[in-house]
Amino acid sequence: MGKTVFEKSSSGRRAFTLPPNDCPLEGLKQLITRKGPVGLPEIGEQDLVRHYIELAGKNYHIDKGMYPLGSCTMKYNPLINEELAGLGGFTGLHPDQDVGDVQGALELMHGLERALSEICGMGAFTLQPAAGAHGEFTGMLIARDYFLGRGEKRKVIVVPDSAHGTNPASVAICGFTPKTIQSNELGLIDPAILEKEVDGETAVLMLTLPNTLGLFEREIAEVVRIVHDAGALVYMDGANMNALLGIVRPGDIGIDIMHVNLHKTFSTPHGGGGPGSGPVGVNAELADFLPIPRVIKEDTGYILSCDSDKTVGRIHSYFGNFNVLVKAYAYIQTLGARGLKQVAMDSILNANYLMNRLEGTYSLKYPGPCMHEFVLSARNLKKNGVRTSDVAKRLLDYGLHAPTVYFPLIVEEALMIEPVETESRETLDAFAEVMERIAQEAKESPELLTEAPRHTPVRRLDEAAASRNPDLQWRPEEK
Amino acid sequence: MSPEECLYTKEHEWIYVENNVATIGISEYAAGELGDIVYLELPEADSSVSQMDPIGTIEAVKTVADLYSPVSGQVIEVNEDIVSNPEAVSKDPYENGWFIKIKLSDPGELDVLFSYEEYRDYLGEQEAEKHEEDDMMEEEDE
Amino acid sequence: MSYVQNTDGDREAMLKAIGVSRIEDLLKPVERSLRVEGDLDLGEPMSEPETAAALEAISKKNCPASSLASFLGGGVYDRYIPSVVRYVLSRSEFYTSYTPYQAEVSQGTLQAIYEYQSLICRLTGMEVTNASMYDGATALAEAVLMAHGIKRGGAVLIPRALSPRIKAVLRSYTKGRGIEITEVPFDERGEMNRAAIDDLLAEGTAAVVVAQPNYLGVIENAAEIAALAHDRKALVIAYVDPVSLALLSPPGDYEADIVVGEGQSLGNPMNFGGPLLGFMATRKAFMRQMPGRLISGSLDLDGKRGYVMTLQTREQHIRREKATSNICTNEGLCALSAAAYLSALGEEGFRDVAVQSLSKSHALYRLLKEVSGCELPFGENFFQEFVLRLGSPLGNFLKKAKAAGILAGIQLTDDFPELGPGAILVAVTEKRSRADLERYRDIVKGGA
Repeated sequence: MGKTVFEKSSSGRRAFTLPPNDCPLEGLKQLITRKGPVGLPEIGEQDLVRHYIELAGKNYHIDKGMYPLGSCTMKYNPLINEELAGLGGFTGLHPDQDVGDVQGALELMHGLERALSEICGMGAFTLQPAAGAHGEFTGMLIARDYFLGRGEKRKVIVVPDSAHGTNPASVAICGFTPKTIQSNELGLIDPAILEKEVDGETAVLMLTLPNTLGLFEREIAEVVRIVHDAGALVYMDGANMNALLGIVRPGDIGIDIMHVNLHKTFSTPHGGGGPGSGPVGVNAELADFLPIPRVIKEDTGYILSCDSDKTVGRIHSYFGNFNVLVKAYAYIQTLGARGLKQVAMDSILNANYLMNRLEGTYSLKYPGPCMHEFVLSARNLKKNGVRTSDVAKRLLDYGLHAPTVYFPLIVEEALMIEPVETESRETLDAFAEVMERIAQEAKESPELLTEAPRHTPVRRLDEAAASRNPDLQWRPEEK
Repeated sequence: MSPEECLYTKEHEWIYVENNVATIGISEYAAGELGDIVYLELPEADSSVSQMDPIGTIEAVKTVADLYSPVSGQVIEVNEDIVSNPEAVSKDPYENGWFIKIKLSDPGELDVLFSYEEYRDYLGEQEAEKHEEDDMMEEEDE
Repeated sequence: MSYVQNTDGDREAMLKAIGVSRIEDLLKPVERSLRVEGDLDLGEPMSEPETAAALEAISKKNCPASSLASFLGGGVYDRYIPSVVRYVLSRSEFYTSYTPYQAEVSQGTLQAIYEYQSLICRLTGMEVTNASMYDGATALAEAVLMAHGIKRGGAVLIPRALSPRIKAVLRSYTKGRGIEITEVPFDERGEMNRAAIDDLLAEGTAAVVVAQPNYLGVIENAAEIAALAHDRKALVIAYVDPVSLALLSPPGDYEADIVVGEGQSLGNPMNFGGPLLGFMATRKAFMRQMPGRLISGSLDLDGKRGYVMTLQTREQHIRREKATSNICTNEGLCALSAAAYLSALGEEGFRDVAVQSLSKSHALYRLLKEVSGCELPFGENFFQEFVLRLGSPLGNFLKKAKAAGILAGIQLTDDFPELGPGAILVAVTEKRSRADLERYRDIVKGGA
């Protein structure tokens, strides 16, 4: 394994120098209270560049190959969007500048809010949440304040058992109590079960559409009716919005609050774990609850308004991840209405094509057609002593990335696959071929899987040792 | 103590009672299901616990399970060795792998626990359910 | 323009393989009455040059602070960014990669974050740092929730001299949990009033937040405040400016329990305030209560060193509603920026950034002290930022400054009426030259 930047340090080297200081430090030394050096590495620019290029070489990334990660929507990140988000007119803005100096930024934000409202059929959007989970949190705050305002003490959020872990976690940090409902044998919310679980205590039904099995809730209209009849709201986790673009507008089918992930559906990069962006949309009745400040268009231009007595307040220091918003806006502009619908159609086509090919080689608990993703199970390989994690690791040996594994929790040995619309048929075929070969290997020489990966920068790492005795920072004495 | 001498809960804790003091741990089956145990959070000595209250957590690398108290009473001893060396639970769940000792406040509560034979049957039933599903899978495959 | 690569020929072959004749056949589960009729109202697709032209036109409607002499701060600062930082961030191996769940093919991201954690630990003098939070405000809010969890309840004292936006975020995060937040006023030196802390600290207070330097730029006696809090068994949360830590004593020295802050200064452009970088560090004893991802060194099957995500049982994807936080996607790329920035500058370079910010801000302060009618209420105990009070309405002054290419500062009076009319917060970073400072002085002089 390569060295850390600390081990490449040599006292006196540097990769950057400031212009000389033209102001004296005289008379200020008493303010300096740090006793010793910070302990920063000292390295020349060339070796620092090589350090990061060495690290870069150990990363899988979209520009290298397909990421079949279910519910993550790892689509291609268009280059032009990166270029445009890097324009000085965007990157150089300070958030406390006078609104007169930031009209372009506000126009872009306003335009994006409008576009998202149109795509999702919602009354209004906020762009403040910095990630999907942050959006869920915001949505829960809105629901809480909405019921508080009505003098209703509703504490329960109903969440299907197929939900992503952020859903119950977001519910809990807002002071609500999550209540899990079981999916039926089709992998869907059962209106009969729902009817029994939803009552005057229920604040919100939090669902993902399509759900994490890649299935559209066939009874969605009935589900929404039951929840609304109980006086509760329906929240939609829009992680899987890619399948619905131009096909279904959540607002039209009665969704009250939702978030989208710009770093999934709207092509902005994941950055190895952020920055993301999780805008939240609400129906017109809830618009006043959105976080402040809000961008308002007036005759004379755009303003930032904090004028709302119902608002949940601020949930970010400023306006959210603006740089990410620029990329998503450029993406929507480029695709237009027809392009966005094509995204959904081809994501559904690609998923069904791949599912159809792999069904049988792996088992499929819930039959299709699927929407943008599907969930296979590797339980048929268990008799060979092979687990889903082994299939995942073997994929890495073939230079591919693994699907989302062991999720959703309701499918044993789950492999959740989302091929996304930007992958070509040849790429899908190549992936399927490898998946088939791995299933064959599992029967003939399972050790190829259980000992995988062997062709990656490192092999399986000792996670148990790390959990028992974490090594969370580099220290010279340990070397 | 040997597994045969213990009583069990549905949540896979074992309990061994001697002189009104219960020693508590988790069964070999539970330790096997969890995998590498990396961290234990146990109640403090002197604290009072009630039957089937969650009183701690058992963490593996990617799962976490609650520990339930099989009985009510007062915690009189905590196995500090196992807290600092949690991997020993998997190796030796019944001898050195015990967690806490509780002074019973209501010995009558022991009646609801499984005997060794009952627990063995309970595990058997659970396994059978799984296999049944697997068999169905096999058919689907063909 | 579309990024879909399927041709009609591909589609036909794929549909045939699936056994349906049209893509619409796959939409059967979606009842027709639920579907959108016709096209969304979004306009025609654009080619790459058209999109570029449209966005360039929008960007030109902005007047970016970076193109002027900016004295705006308050948490986001106009600083030099070494080209090596921009280069690293432009590498798609980093920016197009996913969260490092498959460690064997994510060693680049994992090692970079491990190095980031190590650097923040060194900067703060703490034992454990997580892989980042959304921004300084949410990092502080999460720190307060964490302290409240560790102490199993209790009120939290915060400085009045904290960014009003951060206070607002803190309110949003804590009101659902019913956590009582009390502001401690600042004294005539702009410091957190110690007598008031002493009065407000009660048995069972969960934590005291100290901002170092505080929002008004003033350097606090953090050690004394920390001692007061610890005497009463409250935890100490330090909200720190990372650049100031090159010169000020690290929170580890005054035994802070949780350290958070805004890391935009470390190699990230201002970007209209996002993405930012929330950092969070704590003691080893509290690492299991910490939110967010943690990266640990480990060994692989062959004994080779590598990196993994660790203590994942704290996180939402395993513990769900019992998780320490709901955070999932964070600001990984901004953390990479921070690591590359600190590595590029090194010990001397980073110290130089702090020294220049300190000396230039004091140089402006001294220039303004000579101007009559110009009030500087809080003395010289500050780092890079200070309060300037002009008395008269600010509108004209700010306009005149802008005309001269200067963004003079952030208006304070609405949020801090006790500062009197015409108060602004003036920040001076290493990017300002003596000539900029003199121009600033001249405008004040002309207007005052």
